[in-house]
Amino acid sequence: MNLSEAKDFPVNTASLKEVRVFSRETFEKINLSQDLKDELVLAIAEAAQNIVKHGYKGVKETTDRMEIKISLNDSQLEIGFYDKGKPVVPGNVQHRKLDDIKPGGLGTFFIKQIMDGAVFKKDQEGWVNHLVLTKKI
Amino acid sequence: MTYKVTEEGNVSTVFLNGEIDMDVTEKAKEVILPIVESGKEVHLNLKDVSYMDSSGISVLIESHQKALEKNTKVVVKEVSKSVLKVIMMAKLEQILNLE
Repeated sequence: MNLSEAKDFPVNTASLKEVRVFSRETFEKINLSQDLKDELVLAIAEAAQNIVKHGYKGVKETTDRMEIKISLNDSQLEIGFYDKGKPVVPGNVQHRKLDDIKPGGLGTFFIKQIMDGAVFKKDQEGWVNHLVLTKKI
Repeated sequence: MTYKVTEEGNVSTVFLNGEIDMDVTEKAKEVILPIVESGKEVHLNLKDVSYMDSSGISVLIESHQKALEKNTKVVVKEVSKSVLKVIMMAKLEQILNLE
């Protein structure tokens, strides 16, 4: 099955619910288990949250938007995130150690647990960051 | 997210409802942490929480750690299946007091 759905959202925490709604609606079109759909929605929401929380850290309000594109080519799922926040240094994107119990630092861990791949690409004109999450489903 | 708080003796039960993400974590903390600070035992009932992300997990950790500081405890009760999965993904099922 092939599918491609994209939507843009204002960069703020209130958009996170809309991100989940978009993701759930898109995954309803694909024959996946509910558990996998829930995991994928969580991974997408965590990546979107990272844009709001880290890409726009210190920015009180912005009119910027972020775009999320969900594509399926046969069994290869690819989820793209485009934003105009602070440039991400991929080497600095790390989760906390799990045995260091403290609030925060789990979003990236969840993404890595759920997805097969997470790569920042430098290929998209008009955007600052382009994160691509992949998973064979 | 909506919530309800009931009191019985030294135990306050906070019933959370809905989806807990970064947009509502401050609200959740404003409800839970003052009760923990007062030294009461807090039961967090999550049966009606349909979704929780890493921000919600952070609220559970912060509440748990604050309770340890205050020599009391936070008990997480009736965790929905979807939330339990996230707690287990974070490997916190042995850290938090789950019932």
